[in-house]
Amino acid sequence: MTGERNDIQFDAEGNLRHLLTTEGLSAETISEILDTAESFISIGERYIRKVPLLHGRTVVNLFFEPSTRTRTTFEIAAKRLSADVINLNPSRLSTSKGESILDTVRTLEAMHTDMFVVRDGSSGTAHLIARHVPSHVHIINAGDGRHAHPTQAMLDMFTIRQSKGEFRNLRVAIVGDILHSRVARSQIHALNILGTKEVRVIGPQTLLPTEIDRLGVTPVTDLDEGLADIDVIMMLRLQLERMEGQLIPSSQEYFRLYGLTAARVERAAPGAVVMHPGPMNRGLEIASAVADGDRSLILPQVTNGIAVRMSIMAKLMGGETGGTAASG
Amino acid sequence: MNLTIRNGRVIDPANGTDEIRDLFVSDGCVQDPPADIGHPGDLVLDATGLVVCPGLVDLQARLREPGEEHKATMLSELSAAVSAGVTSVCCPADTEPVIDTPAMVHMVRQRARQIERARVYPLGALTRDLAGERLTDMAALAEAGCVGVSNADRAVESTLVMRRAMQYASNFDLTVFLNALDPWLKGNGCVHEGEISTRLGLPVIPEAAETVALARELVLIETTGVRGHVCQLSCARSVEKLAEAQQRGLPVSAAVSAHHLHLNERDIGEFDTRCHVLPPLRSIKDRDTLRQGLADGVIQAVCSDHQPHGTDAKLAPFSESAPGIAGLETLLPLMLRLVDEGVLTLPKAIAAVTSKPAKILGIDVGQLGIGAPADICIFDPNGEQQIRAHNLQSNGTNTPFDGWMLRGIVRWTLVAGKVVYENGHGHPIDHSP
Repeated sequence: MTGERNDIQFDAEGNLRHLLTTEGLSAETISEILDTAESFISIGERYIRKVPLLHGRTVVNLFFEPSTRTRTTFEIAAKRLSADVINLNPSRLSTSKGESILDTVRTLEAMHTDMFVVRDGSSGTAHLIARHVPSHVHIINAGDGRHAHPTQAMLDMFTIRQSKGEFRNLRVAIVGDILHSRVARSQIHALNILGTKEVRVIGPQTLLPTEIDRLGVTPVTDLDEGLADIDVIMMLRLQLERMEGQLIPSSQEYFRLYGLTAARVERAAPGAVVMHPGPMNRGLEIASAVADGDRSLILPQVTNGIAVRMSIMAKLMGGETGGTAASG
Repeated sequence: MNLTIRNGRVIDPANGTDEIRDLFVSDGCVQDPPADIGHPGDLVLDATGLVVCPGLVDLQARLREPGEEHKATMLSELSAAVSAGVTSVCCPADTEPVIDTPAMVHMVRQRARQIERARVYPLGALTRDLAGERLTDMAALAEAGCVGVSNADRAVESTLVMRRAMQYASNFDLTVFLNALDPWLKGNGCVHEGEISTRLGLPVIPEAAETVALARELVLIETTGVRGHVCQLSCARSVEKLAEAQQRGLPVSAAVSAHHLHLNERDIGEFDTRCHVLPPLRSIKDRDTLRQGLADGVIQAVCSDHQPHGTDAKLAPFSESAPGIAGLETLLPLMLRLVDEGVLTLPKAIAAVTSKPAKILGIDVGQLGIGAPADICIFDPNGEQQIRAHNLQSNGTNTPFDGWMLRGIVRWTLVAGKVVYENGHGHPIDHSP
């Protein structure tokens, strides 16, 4: 029952085996991943955008929850590492008596796959799968419910580092629907591990999870007040259909209170940058002028996403040479 | 046939007994020892160093039959019960079909009698098909042998229906068994709202889901005068509310599951679905207040809330896994652990799983007075065992206590004076000369 959190991410030698959450990673591990990503950035700019690191390996994108953007970046990342990629989008009804998640995984595993990139609408799915695959199979969590989206957080850290350098002097605000956001949770852990000076979460009380301060952040309900002295503003996507007219009353009121406008960006520290994991709701959580403005790092985030995901895949599988993967 | 249990520490809380002595059983009942014991064929059980107490009475256990025999059967679960010293089991009405007719009550009771292990006391449904709309024929259910009525863990959403159901039940002096959980506040939640839900991103069942519902039921108990029993409490504020109601003289009792006295939200760790239970495991403070409530007598009884599942039920993402623990076989050991941890004395711990629940059910077991049914549990209070899920007698192996070292090994279990379970380790049944 005790033991370190997320031990399951590491093998007996302490190497990162799965990436399920940023929680429990060391600053060194994160920095290593970001450093390697740095070297992969140039590959995207070359005429031949491939390196043979994962030649002969099979990566399965197992997306129980539909996604085009994230799946595409994983696919590109794997292909640039010369891996074979299979995309699967099995539909899943939790009440159906059909094939369970583990049945699906075991079937695919029997076809000698090396890595699963998993996305699911339920928190904990990546952990569940990681617990039940043999030791030579690697899992990357591409988003599980409200729990974690570690590769997104890693690319965000990469983008912040690229723009701001050190984390120790930074004040970062995460704005919007913290309650439902796996991105926010993964960002919070990563920012704290990297020693960020202050992390604030800003949103209405209905969208701030209880005891969020226990994760090492300061909750603030007023955006104008919360942006003071902030160096990095990380916006979250608001899924209006989740709000049921109860968590927030209307998109108009939300934009008025929590929409990021150019005037609000001015309230932050000089040189503050704006990020968003996409896809954006322009005019709901962010004004177009800000999204497309010179403070925006939104497009670099997308570009960096490929290099960071290459780096993560290489790190998880890199220690192994083809065919002699650690077993047992 | 006569039987003597020799030299055990007889703990019979209902009669204030705690002494080393013999216990004599004849015709299925506890009797005064006759002058001439030792007829041919009489049995003597040597209980030296062992505790002799009433068989345990479990206020809430799912047997899965009828309807979910792929998970467990009455035979498997009643066998598990007696192996753990449990001799009476109260089962909720949420079988398939629901126990909402006298025929179903007869069927369940008859099946239990055939199996000849533990006794089964069914609760009748409070509303037809547990739909929360129309009342059942409660008088007929009571005549058929139901010890109370309940809507199991299906909410009666309409306060008016609940009020009328309580009024009607009070006609027949029936206890209404309540699961206090507001369906709107529960929603699709699966864990306590707190640090763990925030960290793991799991949908929540706030404390208010229990306290709001409990407040409603207490008001209705007060205005209808019906006797109520709250099947499970999970949070500190519920204990406060209940204590206040009892001080004002409301006829309301309550139980807590053994796991809520030993686990808390943190045991969920990284999505450990074995800790997915309903009501959810709450904070350490809640757990400690439940323990205090039990010690103070605000909570009278401890139940297993036994819910055996097949292995698949827990091999799913946390929120989609089936809630519940196969708890029958850890009930007694977990009570003894409360004694070790200084929460209760041994007699009080035994009372919470024998005489107190029997009183809530209004049945004559759970005590060893002269003439009482000889439902007896004889256990070694010092014998330690490591709980292993795969060693459970139950068809369900879903226990978060897997690997725990717990005291309390049952040697013999008697129902109506008959040995229905015997654990051989060095204590064979002696046939007297």
